[in-house]
Amino acid sequence: MSSEVYTGQAQRAAVAAVAVHDGDGHAHHHHQSFITKYIFSQDHKVISKQFLITGMIWAIIGGFFSVIFRLQLGFPDKSFPFLETIFGHWAAGGHISPELYYQLVTMHGTIMIFFVLTAGLSGTFANLLIPLQLGARDMASPFLNMLSYWFFFVASIIMLISLFLKTGPSEAGWTAYPPLSALHEASEGSKAGMDLWLISMAVFVVSQLLAGLNYISTILNMRTKGMSMTRMPLTIWALFFTAVLGVLSFPVLLSGFILLLFDRNLGTSFYLSDIYIAGHALPNQGGSPILYEHLFWFLGHPEVYIVMLPGMGITSELLATHSRKPIFGYLAMVGSLFAIASLSFLVWAHHMFVSGMNPFLGAFFVLFTLLIAVPSSVKVFNWLATLWKGNIQYTVPALFAIGFVSLFISGGLTGIWLGNSALDLHLHDTYFVIAHFHLVMGIAAFFGMFAGVYHWFPKMFGRFMNNTLGYIHFWVTFIGAYLMFWPMHYEGLAGMPRRYYEYSADALAVYHRFQGLNEFISVVAIIVFAVQLMFVFNFFYSIFKGRPVKDPNPWKANTLEWTTPIHVGHGNWPGEIPEVHRWAYDYSKNGIDFIPQTVPVSPAEEEVAEPVKTPQ
Amino acid sequence: MAYTVRVQRKKIHPHKFNMWVAIAAIVMMFGGLTSAYVVMHGQTRWVSFQLPHQFIFSTIVILLSSLTMALAVKSFRQHHMNRYKMLITITAALGVIFMISQFMGFRFLYAHGVNLTFNVSASLLFIITGLHMLHVLGGVIALLVMFFRAFRTRIRSYDPVPVEVAATYWHFVDILWIYLFGFFIWMR
Repeated sequence: MSSEVYTGQAQRAAVAAVAVHDGDGHAHHHHQSFITKYIFSQDHKVISKQFLITGMIWAIIGGFFSVIFRLQLGFPDKSFPFLETIFGHWAAGGHISPELYYQLVTMHGTIMIFFVLTAGLSGTFANLLIPLQLGARDMASPFLNMLSYWFFFVASIIMLISLFLKTGPSEAGWTAYPPLSALHEASEGSKAGMDLWLISMAVFVVSQLLAGLNYISTILNMRTKGMSMTRMPLTIWALFFTAVLGVLSFPVLLSGFILLLFDRNLGTSFYLSDIYIAGHALPNQGGSPILYEHLFWFLGHPEVYIVMLPGMGITSELLATHSRKPIFGYLAMVGSLFAIASLSFLVWAHHMFVSGMNPFLGAFFVLFTLLIAVPSSVKVFNWLATLWKGNIQYTVPALFAIGFVSLFISGGLTGIWLGNSALDLHLHDTYFVIAHFHLVMGIAAFFGMFAGVYHWFPKMFGRFMNNTLGYIHFWVTFIGAYLMFWPMHYEGLAGMPRRYYEYSADALAVYHRFQGLNEFISVVAIIVFAVQLMFVFNFFYSIFKGRPVKDPNPWKANTLEWTTPIHVGHGNWPGEIPEVHRWAYDYSKNGIDFIPQTVPVSPAEEEVAEPVKTPQ
Repeated sequence: MAYTVRVQRKKIHPHKFNMWVAIAAIVMMFGGLTSAYVVMHGQTRWVSFQLPHQFIFSTIVILLSSLTMALAVKSFRQHHMNRYKMLITITAALGVIFMISQFMGFRFLYAHGVNLTFNVSASLLFIITGLHMLHVLGGVIALLVMFFRAFRTRIRSYDPVPVEVAATYWHFVDILWIYLFGFFIWMR
């Protein structure tokens, strides 16, 4: 460790030259052009914004697709001429075709889960917060970090191209189960669209691996002096476990995709056997689509937590900050994150209860699935205990964090039903499943994301987002989420299957009685989507016209990111990196509203902290 | 007011740590593929076949290359650059010989009617060994970079980190092959 002191003009020049990085051979950052500063940037904060804005573009596309297929589900008999304008012959006469419906459903799931809630959410907050909250100049490898975004970008472009193919994008569902995904003949979307889907996802996995290994390496190796693991903010803990899950589970998914690409294009039979198309037997022998399900869900279930954990961390952070209370049960929170992350690897086959699994094996997966409820409950209890008797400031980020807790509870409880194999046999692939996962890992994860965006917007752009629009955004989305997904539980309990284009056929007439409910859900979905567009407007408008930040620590928070200047330069802190002396949650302590992590522990505090000695 | 600029401390070099995390990810990928092999092995239509004898040769080659790599790192640390250049060249050459030998093994299988579409057993063997070969190719490229760096005259670098990172990776692909080869023999 070397230390140098600079003064006067030499000081400014040195700070400009040296403070941009940590002496790790990154002298190339010194004179940055527009392209190296904003396009091919290696600054974690710029990469964070790149992930966020790309994720937002994808969210608009993914959300728009859901509105279109909700039009079909809500108003199957009505004609919407604008659909023909957008989709051409796929929506002739203003009615979307069944192929387009399945393509929209597939792309909605793929985009929202992978491109928005995985890359957009983790990529934004891990990049923004890991170096800033740990006291690091940048990520362990800024170059690989930049590559992680550009791999994501390339994956995005490939997926985007698939939307414009003559045969359309993939329509095999976001899980891409074979044989539908393995055979070109299966559907229009099983042609080039499926190949592009697989290639895009393979590139996406590479992006996630590059990002994940950087996050893990930075968290374990680049914490500032005093930032022990037990002093790390819970957001960082959550992002750490998210990265571990990604690094260990995405490669398995990649192996599954490689096999699928071979099945599709090189005549292998990993997932295919005894297939007849139009009466003709295909040559494929010896494979099993169940193998794909195992490989897919080995990622697929941890993926649920890859999406959820960042939201949990952000929520923990924000509930403490905005209720001016120390987080309740810090170590239990860390322990529960660890337990959730570990158990998430042991439960994948609960997605396969109906695949003919041995009941004994099923019992194992039921047990471990239900066990996840324990650490999840610990988290909920601790969030509620943190809020209990707190001086809650109902800011927009605080509301979204509280909304996260609400959605996590109501969505998580139904997970207990679905984790139970006996109940899952009935509920599998019904609207009950849709309702469950949209509440718990769809909307809740979005709430974590929104909470984070509103909270750290001043840090990212030096301005605030508009509050009034923020409150409207919260209330409409919160109420709308329940209005959309609560009724779906009812439909699912009645057995209404998902992924059906329409329910008017005689065989499905029993579900036609839900048509009114479907209409209602569709109308709410349109309103909620419109409010998200308002959020996007608020976001971009506020970047340029929002109220400027005057106080570097507007939320009076303890964590290190608020010790940087309002407009953070490359290298994060001018001069020395701050040292840490305490945990991140000293709120309302000894009559003091908040004590930043950089404030040394006073002798009086140490005295208070001394254990009471009992007389011998 | 004076700013104090301090070099940030690091417990382990980030590039080395990144390599270990990347190795964990690669292990998971091959773990997924070999577990697929186990699952499919239990199916009724599994067809066993003899592994090509070239694989034994390639195992010896990659083991030797690990030894020369370890000696190369030792030479670099001792600044015996001539010996280092020779050893890194031999290691890269052994890597190429390994790939050629693997390729010969595939040709042997093809000559005996065992091709990519012969049976899921052969398909898995080709994919798993092929993917391993791609990883070896990555290692060979890294070694060639090391090789050219060692012969560079304008800039001399005695930073051991790149060499150690490359060595870690090379030993890993070696151990991975030993595992895969043992696995194929055991599961056959």
